[in-house]
Amino acid sequence: MNFTIEVNNNKISANQGDTILDALKRNGMGVPTLCHMKGLFPTGSCRMCVVEVDGRRNLVTACSEPVTDGMKIKTHSARVIESRKTIVELLLSNHPDDCLYCERNGSCELQKLSEDLNIRERRISGQKNNYKLDVSSASLVRDPAKCILCGRCVRVCEEIEGVSAIEFVGRGSKTFIDTAFNHGLNLSSCVNCGQCIMVCPTGALKEKPHIAETKDNLSDPNKTVIIQYAPSISVSLAEEFGLKPGQNIIGIMNAALRRIGFDYVFDTSFSADLTIMEEASELVHRVKNGGVLPMVTSCCPGWVKFAEEFHNDMLGNLSSCKSPQQMMGAIIKSYFAQSEGIDPEKIYSVSVMPCTAKKFEQQREEMTQNGISDVDAVLTTRELARLIRLHGIDIHKLEPELADSPLGTRSSAGKIFGTSGGVMEAAIRTAHYLITRKEMVKFQVRGVRGLEGRKEAKVQIGELEVGVAVVSGLKNASQLMEEIKNGRSDIHFIEVMACPGGCINGGGQPIGADEDAIRARMTTLYDIDEKDAIKASHKNPYIVELYDKFLGKPLGHKSHELLHTHYQKREVK
Amino acid sequence: MSIAIQEILAKYPNAKPDSLIPILQHVQEQMGFLSEDSVVEVGKYLNMPTSKIFGVATFYNQFRFNAPGKYHVMVCRGTACHVLGSATVLDEIEKNLRIKAGQTSKDKLFSLEVVACIGACGLAPVISINGEFHAKVTSESIKTIVEEYRNREVQQ
Repeated sequence: MNFTIEVNNNKISANQGDTILDALKRNGMGVPTLCHMKGLFPTGSCRMCVVEVDGRRNLVTACSEPVTDGMKIKTHSARVIESRKTIVELLLSNHPDDCLYCERNGSCELQKLSEDLNIRERRISGQKNNYKLDVSSASLVRDPAKCILCGRCVRVCEEIEGVSAIEFVGRGSKTFIDTAFNHGLNLSSCVNCGQCIMVCPTGALKEKPHIAETKDNLSDPNKTVIIQYAPSISVSLAEEFGLKPGQNIIGIMNAALRRIGFDYVFDTSFSADLTIMEEASELVHRVKNGGVLPMVTSCCPGWVKFAEEFHNDMLGNLSSCKSPQQMMGAIIKSYFAQSEGIDPEKIYSVSVMPCTAKKFEQQREEMTQNGISDVDAVLTTRELARLIRLHGIDIHKLEPELADSPLGTRSSAGKIFGTSGGVMEAAIRTAHYLITRKEMVKFQVRGVRGLEGRKEAKVQIGELEVGVAVVSGLKNASQLMEEIKNGRSDIHFIEVMACPGGCINGGGQPIGADEDAIRARMTTLYDIDEKDAIKASHKNPYIVELYDKFLGKPLGHKSHELLHTHYQKREVK
Repeated sequence: MSIAIQEILAKYPNAKPDSLIPILQHVQEQMGFLSEDSVVEVGKYLNMPTSKIFGVATFYNQFRFNAPGKYHVMVCRGTACHVLGSATVLDEIEKNLRIKAGQTSKDKLFSLEVVACIGACGLAPVISINGEFHAKVTSESIKTIVEEYRNREVQQ
């Protein structure tokens, strides 16, 4: 039902069931919010969105109050503004106030609110927050002193990821956010996905930085420093430099990486192709030999840890393939090192990932060869942008360059890994060829595309009908796994990504991207796929060469040694 | 799983998360405190994350996470005691025992708890050690009182 409400003396239309905030947004108006999260049930706890409603004695929260016919609202009356201002002043009263040194200087919502509300003096002085930094995690750093208790991290961890590693602890003015028994993230169930960073309004959550190590090695003349970047970096990095979302700046990024001083620039999409060769072969092997089905992808390290903790009765379902990051690392320090005559110990291998969990994955014991790590440091998209700025590089002035050969050439199947459904689609393209020895007529698998949390499709491969499912957000993954455990058998292959929408929305991506930006990144990846000539991993000539010269065949002895891994059951505390 | 916890949980068949607080109270009553293992077990039983239970338990003053010491010291911080200087008393005890409220000393001899009112306002400021009341305590008398309990231990 449609009706009219009055906002600041203007009539606007609203729908039955809308909250005031919904109605305002649809009409291009707005009020500031803090605890509000799109798509989740409103809590109305921060009171930032309060508005004045005719006939109501108290201010009401726009995020949770349903509209009613003829409602008269004032969104920016003197009383409302004063109230919002006081809330921000109170939040600032115990805040460390170290903006100049803060990771989020310039992208902080608290900073923006105090700017927007024209707060120009410290009216309320409180005792400063004094909490210990939590640096225990391989991926994340938590600084509860900067926390304003909006609870968005707690909610994303529980309601989107189904992990609940953190919670409000204590009570009243002594409340803070912490893990069970104050043990720190490392000992908690945290899967390192970094979605908490993406929703944090302040600098209370950030990635564990790897910039310093990277710089040290760049200035070491004895080290060959090699960088690889994940498929989704080239379509999100632009936003860090004020360019429009979804712009693909891969050539400029290559040029920038060389200016910074990396000796070789490789594309993780190449090893995504390699992952597909191994993973599709594994799927075909399982189907033909009655192996454990459904097979579940293993390229998302957030999902892998989640499975080890919460679904460890299904570890046999996980593909034994390492992720593209780790495969690239292993190939760099074996095949590439050999062919270039470089001592693997003198290689410093860096990756740029849209992800914080990759920092954890890189440190896993299984991800080493003879005591040498496959990958030495992992930078997020944000850290790469910082590194580029640190070197004073003006990306607007750079001419595009190509990545280095041979590990910099990809098929477009490897490129679409960056979005939810991409790994599935790439694997189907190659599995189709492996089973039928024919290419797919149309390469697209439309049913697995899009940002929805769960997608299912049936794919005809020769005479075989394969049931596939793609989930993103670990809560969705959990639900699907429960269905499988309860006997669902029409699904043979599952792709899981921890972050909603896949790596394009990863925990290492630029802060502050909305759904439109994420969609733009996805669209660009599929556009690239549309325009590329080589659309399947097995047709990448450098992949063929790698198998001919070095690996032998997929699932062969060398592959097993370098490209496959195993998983461990983890007790959840 | 410890048998004690098993026995407690058996008393709550088909329990839902809203039984959490009664279960935690029961565990604390039986075991003296909420151990990590017991919280993990309760979490598994109710299908609740440990962090959530810890969050709920830390909200309430009644739950403790350390085994109580042989001598459990309760310091009254009610109004009458406050007016007569219980803040200093608490401070002094914390210094003397080298623990904060909610903690247990390393030798497991003393544990410390702050309570809102013991109900003995006439004796303010008052503390209670294993149920024995000590009236009108001062920073000076606290040293003697604690010493007395330490000596009991030596004599045994």
